[in-house]
Amino acid sequence: MNVSHDHLHAYVDGALSEDERRAVDDYLAHRPEEAARVRAWRAQNAGLHELFDPVLSEPHSLTVTPTAKSLAHGAWSTPQWVALAATLLLGVSLGFIARGAYVPLALRMRVPIAQQAALAHAAYVPEVRHPVEVGASEEQHLVAWLSKRLAASLRAPDLNSAGFHLLGGRLLPAAGEVGDAPVALLMYENAQGRRLSLLVRHEASSRETAFQFSQRGATGVFYWIDGSLGYALAGDVDHEELASLAQLVYRQLNP
Amino acid sequence: MTGGFTIEQLQAQVPRLRRYARALTGNRDAADDLTQDTLERAWNKRHLWQLESNLRAWLFAVMHNVYINGVKRGRVMDSLDNLPQGIAEAAPAAGGADPGATLHDLQVALVRLPAEQRAVLLLVGLEQLSYAEAAQVLAVPIGTVMSRLSRGRDRLRQLLDGDNDGGHLRRIK
Repeated sequence: MNVSHDHLHAYVDGALSEDERRAVDDYLAHRPEEAARVRAWRAQNAGLHELFDPVLSEPHSLTVTPTAKSLAHGAWSTPQWVALAATLLLGVSLGFIARGAYVPLALRMRVPIAQQAALAHAAYVPEVRHPVEVGASEEQHLVAWLSKRLAASLRAPDLNSAGFHLLGGRLLPAAGEVGDAPVALLMYENAQGRRLSLLVRHEASSRETAFQFSQRGATGVFYWIDGSLGYALAGDVDHEELASLAQLVYRQLNP
Repeated sequence: MTGGFTIEQLQAQVPRLRRYARALTGNRDAADDLTQDTLERAWNKRHLWQLESNLRAWLFAVMHNVYINGVKRGRVMDSLDNLPQGIAEAAPAAGGADPGATLHDLQVALVRLPAEQRAVLLLVGLEQLSYAEAAQVLAVPIGTVMSRLSRGRDRLRQLLDGDNDGGHLRRIK
């Protein structure tokens, strides 16, 4: 084997096969200058580790703080949402203190409705004891309360014909500017304990849109805009079932 | 779908990113700023990451771009001016019989290398990336990695030791 300069580097970096390594050993045995050079390179590597390996175990406070923009695209899997929902809140509040530069972006950008619905769904649907703030037994009060806070006339669609009954609802923070109206979330459940969530919020562009669909991990979201309000129905059910449920919601809201 | 890494997976890479950034900049504060900017950028651009590829190498590439842009904007001082502070922090931690002086020499010499040689030397010698991975990180052909590595290692040796036997560094053990 012809031993080249590159072989000597690969020898130092442990990138040679056993045969090649032996060939370089033989080569170096009669070339003291080259052998000294190889030793010096090895010592450089060792010195770099000695200098910088302590950094690995230093305490640090660097964290990833996702902005709204970063939430708007990318791949999603269900466990990630839960982490992200928490990290978003934590990140934005920590961000105020620690990394001012990145926060304005998070506040300027509005989380898309499908995203907000998926995050809310992931956060509240697994709740056993407190899935909602106000239960369906107080439906009138719930609807009046949410309508007042959103400054819009809300209704809770009746999905009993599809086997889903109203569980209740809650108020969510706005996902845009401070000062924006908060957001309403209604939750439904069927006899098997499967849950749907319907998010309602103001949309800046008051135009009607067709149903749009977004799949986020196991959760599907159908969303549409009707007048000044946006609706997003999220559920861990298959596309077709969710589509017919979304149409039912739409018909209930527009009799 | 691309972009399939979680915030936890990213967070787990922070120590390695900090180490490379520290070695690259020679300064603790500059390194942590660089790492933080890299984390933000990597998270925002995570859809660009290819599922099968080495996440750490990809993150080094992101860091490298952030670093280059920072040098261009003059944010990261890539000169000897900011050395004393960085070295004062790093050298005493090394311990050992009396390696402080030679480790100090190594860090000074490292910063005196042209940035492109330093990056290759660190990616290969410290971060133990393969030559092919280092080529990807720096977006250069593998032949360029080899020639920068060669020039960098020989230059470092000269800087550390006027004569050519590399005897100085042998004391680092």
